[in-house]
Amino acid sequence: MRKILVPIKRVIDYAQKIRVDSSKGGVQLKNVKMSMNPFCEIAVEEAIQLKEKNKGAEVVAISVGPKQCTETIRTALAMGADRGIHIETKPDVRGDYIDLQPWAIANLLKGIVEKEDGVDLVLLGKQSIDSDCGQTGPLLAGLLNAPQATFAANIERDDDGSFTVERETDTGTETIKLNASGKPAIITCDLRLNTPRYPTMPNIMKAKKKPVETISLEDMVKDLGLDLDEVLTPKNEVVEVYEPPPRKEGETVGSVDELLSKLREKGLVA
Amino acid sequence: MNPTLNPIIRSFSASLAFPDSIEHSHEQRRLPVTQFTEDEEMVRHAARHWANEELRPFVREMDNEGKTRPEVIQGLFDHGFMGMEIPEEYGGSGMNFTSACLVVEELSRVDPSVSILVDIHNTLTNNAVRFWGSEELKEKWLPRLASEAVSSFALSEAGSGTDAFAMKTTATESADRSYYILNGEKLWISNSREAGVLLVFANANPSLKHKGITAFMVDANTEGVQVGKPEKKLGLRASSTCPVVFDNVKVDAADVLGELGLGYKYCINILNEGRIGIASQQIGIAKGCMDIAMPYLNERTQFGTKLADFQGMEHQYAQIATEIHAAEVMTYNTCRMKENGIPFVKEASMVKLYSSQVAERAASKCIEWLGGVGFTQDLLAEKFYRDCKVGSIYEGTSNIQLQTIAKRIKDEYR
Repeated sequence: MRKILVPIKRVIDYAQKIRVDSSKGGVQLKNVKMSMNPFCEIAVEEAIQLKEKNKGAEVVAISVGPKQCTETIRTALAMGADRGIHIETKPDVRGDYIDLQPWAIANLLKGIVEKEDGVDLVLLGKQSIDSDCGQTGPLLAGLLNAPQATFAANIERDDDGSFTVERETDTGTETIKLNASGKPAIITCDLRLNTPRYPTMPNIMKAKKKPVETISLEDMVKDLGLDLDEVLTPKNEVVEVYEPPPRKEGETVGSVDELLSKLREKGLVA
Repeated sequence: MNPTLNPIIRSFSASLAFPDSIEHSHEQRRLPVTQFTEDEEMVRHAARHWANEELRPFVREMDNEGKTRPEVIQGLFDHGFMGMEIPEEYGGSGMNFTSACLVVEELSRVDPSVSILVDIHNTLTNNAVRFWGSEELKEKWLPRLASEAVSSFALSEAGSGTDAFAMKTTATESADRSYYILNGEKLWISNSREAGVLLVFANANPSLKHKGITAFMVDANTEGVQVGKPEKKLGLRASSTCPVVFDNVKVDAADVLGELGLGYKYCINILNEGRIGIASQQIGIAKGCMDIAMPYLNERTQFGTKLADFQGMEHQYAQIATEIHAAEVMTYNTCRMKENGIPFVKEASMVKLYSSQVAERAASKCIEWLGGVGFTQDLLAEKFYRDCKVGSIYEGTSNIQLQTIAKRIKDEYR
């Protein structure tokens, strides 16, 4: 194996309380704790495990976002990635579907895959927890005309360079094989694929010395021969963002009989 | 200072002050003390994650059995928590003092018995070896300390606690000066049941009184080293606290840490900074208590009102949170003072004194707020209450801290 690319996204930390910022048509991002998208963490972990099984493989972490993305990239480096690429956006460009959307990211990634050369595999999280699109992986595969498998719960690499992937679907598990095709395999990772490691202290220190290439979004777009307006103009417009209605308080009942009579009253049982 | 003083005296300066080297840039943007570097945040995050995933499931069991699980100790080594400031070339994590304190705080938030093991190992043993060990001594001991050997700081005895210099353990030099024979009995030695290495203070020349005290690196497997039964304690029960007998223990002259007769200076100096680590532990304890009590207050209702919304309760937890914040800012400020070579002895005493007081108040209040269930073993609150008490005792009692602070204050005004 030569190169494994892992695009990672900096999102609101999963444990944070989300507040809608009605004036901006999105959620509040100011002074909110951010961290690596949990599914991206799983992708990084899988990449590291594959690297450990295949000596000589290089894991490259890529992130598109403001300058704080370097922290997210450093976490990937501390987990064991070899180098990072940071495509830096201006501070007011939002990654949570308001500005940057999967189409733009997939186009940027396609350009990077072609530029990098020798990419055997692109591992992505199945979706991000802010926009929950689940589209970047499949779009990238489409743009590259590359084999893809989504919602991976298990990945095996065969000696001939093909990948056997167990996919989790709503109706059960499906096993598919991505044949070695000269194109990188595109696999998106689901929850049960692995448990991401937390960096050990020595690895945190080693991460400081690993190279991170930073390039502005504008320069990257120009480099790849794309149109900046095209990339930055969202394909979908966010019409409204609102909080779900508050849960109505329940009723406590004193006995099973009372429960049954209430359920009958509400027409929920015969 | 006299520039011709021998290199060993000069090397203490490694942990003392060089005020002239501090830049006073008024234009430079200063960050809050509680704003840590990217690496330090990663350290805190990794320590918190490990503590919650790999340590938390065993806390109650270890406290009940009075024993730390070997897998937990192995986890500490595997994750690099045991060699925080040991340079990478000796197999350590190569990090700074603040990072070590952050690890201690995060571990304490889950189990102070485990954090004390990590704290003593890093801030007392490892740092003493780094500051005063010869290159040969460092090469011999640091890799072990970083990767597999838990250490103990063997100073106290039955007759010498606060009056450490009254120790009776002796070190008799051999005729050819190639080794020493240690005889004596140490008491209250933390980590000693698990220790592979002991940093032992013994008097090599009692006629010189405290100026004969010498520090020795001793392998726990050396013939004559006998670790006694652990004390049954109020708190920190999973941390072994045992008497250690030295019965004609032979120690190579090469294993003398630093210089003969300077052990008294080393132990004073290292304890001065070790107490910042204890402050971090106490802050972790206080936060650990709040982690249990606050969700409870936000959930439990009486008289149709959440406990957290009663004004009486609001006033109490606001006060405790304020004190924890003060302790935290003081402690990490002192870490930065040390890292920048600014004299910190007074501040280190202050943070240990204050943090242990805050932890005790927080632990006590949290049990009150939790009510009846806080008084049971269903929650870890009662364990924190028991664990925090030794904070005002070990590594320099609160009375000693007050003396240390007072001496400096009055000198400032003289």
